[in-house]
Amino acid sequence: MSAAGPSPVPLLELRGISKQFSSRLDIAARIAARLGAGAGPQTVHALDGVDLSVGAGEVVGLVGESGCGKSTLGRIVARILEPSRGERRWKDRPYSDYESPASRAERLAVQMVFQDPFASLNPRMRIVDVIGEAPVVHGLVPARERDRYVAEVMERVGLDASLAKRFPHQFSGGQRSRIGIARALAVNPRFLVCDEAVAALDVSIQAQVLNLFIRLREEFGLTYLFISHDLGVVRHLSDRVVIMYLGRIVESADSQEVFARPNHPYTQALLAEIPRLEATKRAYIPIKGEIPSPLAPPGGCHFHPRCPHAMPRCQAEAPRLREIAPGHLSACHLNDTP
Amino acid sequence: MSAPPLLQVDGLRMHFFTKAGVVKAVDDVSFTVDRGEILGLVGESGSGKSMTGYSILGLVDAPGRIVDGRIVFDGTDLTRLDAAAWRRIRGNRIAMIFQDPMMTLNPVLRIDTQIVEAVLAHADVSRESALARAREALVRVGIASPDERLRAYPHQFSGGMRQRVAIAIALVNGPDLIIADEPTTALDVTIQGQILFEMQKVCRESGTALIWITHDLSVIAGLADEVCVMYAGRFVESGRVADVLERPLHPYSRGLIDSVPSRNERGRPLHQIPGMTPSLLSLGPGCPFRERCSEATPRCAESPAITEPAPGRRLRCFHPVP
Repeated sequence: MSAAGPSPVPLLELRGISKQFSSRLDIAARIAARLGAGAGPQTVHALDGVDLSVGAGEVVGLVGESGCGKSTLGRIVARILEPSRGERRWKDRPYSDYESPASRAERLAVQMVFQDPFASLNPRMRIVDVIGEAPVVHGLVPARERDRYVAEVMERVGLDASLAKRFPHQFSGGQRSRIGIARALAVNPRFLVCDEAVAALDVSIQAQVLNLFIRLREEFGLTYLFISHDLGVVRHLSDRVVIMYLGRIVESADSQEVFARPNHPYTQALLAEIPRLEATKRAYIPIKGEIPSPLAPPGGCHFHPRCPHAMPRCQAEAPRLREIAPGHLSACHLNDTP
Repeated sequence: MSAPPLLQVDGLRMHFFTKAGVVKAVDDVSFTVDRGEILGLVGESGSGKSMTGYSILGLVDAPGRIVDGRIVFDGTDLTRLDAAAWRRIRGNRIAMIFQDPMMTLNPVLRIDTQIVEAVLAHADVSRESALARAREALVRVGIASPDERLRAYPHQFSGGMRQRVAIAIALVNGPDLIIADEPTTALDVTIQGQILFEMQKVCRESGTALIWITHDLSVIAGLADEVCVMYAGRFVESGRVADVLERPLHPYSRGLIDSVPSRNERGRPLHQIPGMTPSLLSLGPGCPFRERCSEATPRCAESPAITEPAPGRRLRCFHPVP
């Protein structure tokens, strides 16, 4: 069971991806454990059986609150992390088929744009090295043509190529975002994982960078996995929206469908919380509680302690993600009760 | 509206005197706040909105200095206060909530110690009644099991709960005015919704005035009565929230509102303001927005005066949006 993409063979497919992070015990805790006193290693279940497919040219928005596993999922897609369980497929073949030197271009086809335009650039590297290092190392561009190539990439993202010899601290936040995008574009990717790529920017600069993403998609036929907590941004950019809560996908549907007919109570709550620009003073009706710790997620449906519709079944049994309308998936027991 | 406003900021200028030159962080900003009113102070990074808030509370350190203007709070000009008078006002009649609650909270002290300290600094009451007030303040910001929470340390709280504790400390002495500097920016949407709900309730119940500093117009839209927009340290425009959002008069506010994704057709390029915020160091006279403004004319090299184009609306622009 996987989220249906628009094309028959998805560009990227994730099947049953799980990821656990275990803390390593220090010496005192190991001795305590040996003596039967302390607890074992703590395990965070960041992702729990996630299925996702993304078609070529599609923009999928991945939404959720902090700690829901959306960044971990992005990093697994971009090969920065290995999943604990599950299979990643690219063009209908497993990731492991692309390990040979001959498949380098396919390996480079997934690139990542990071959130923090300050922390994700090495402060001691000039921009020409930040952008130019990867294409030279991977043999896409001969070293002597690097500067010309970097200038070309910089112009693609709307940066003045004459600034290539400068260091990151000499740029503004919006320009640094463009540098991060240029670095990803420099190895000719087909798929960009954008992890909160506009979250740190001012409103007027955010609009400029979002427009850049829209233009690059049209120019280069890029596919995006756009990770964000900002539903307004996701709604604007995405063809399909995937909502995560505590390591699981709770809802996935066409963008307009999600915003018009949210099915899962968590999605409904999230949509109700988006601050809107309508200038009507409104009473905030918040959903109760906070996102539980992923160290000890609640049993059954993870959302049941905060859910206004929770039933006894929700505590006992995790709802499966299933199709409730063509292309609209939701994981909620309410859909079984007539 | 016949009563004098609770707070009147009039021609405030706060400059930093650095080696590289004078940074005019706040340059001629004026607004008023009535009792029980919520004012949204909106601007992007570097617009001087936080420095305006710090100036009101006298939290500006060298090399920064208030060089001109008056801040009249309940009949007293705050710019002329001495240290002893400030101690009676800060945390008592005017309180502040910061973006990062750990700016308010001491990580090595229990919550009860910190709130009781804030009560005893201003009121001559017993420790028991101070503790009772602390407990009541936690209840007001929606913290469940307050007795247990009072004995906890800040690291045992989540980000949203810490911010609630910081708000409880701000509320505990029943201030007339709270200045909140982006207190929900670092929080998740559902937690932000909860905090906005609590703040709205508290202000309505106690008649506390609130200045909510933010870069996010959509937060202001649901929360505030009045909005004041700033750009590059200067006042841009102000008015009732509904009026400003429906009919922004300054090209900058209009650009800001038009660039919000929900105001645009899905998937189409967003309206964008070209260029970026000017450096405050090299800012000369004239409208600071003119380099990015589609309406700019040579006349904009002079500084426009503040006009009142409609009742309750104030504007600093030669070429208001029609």
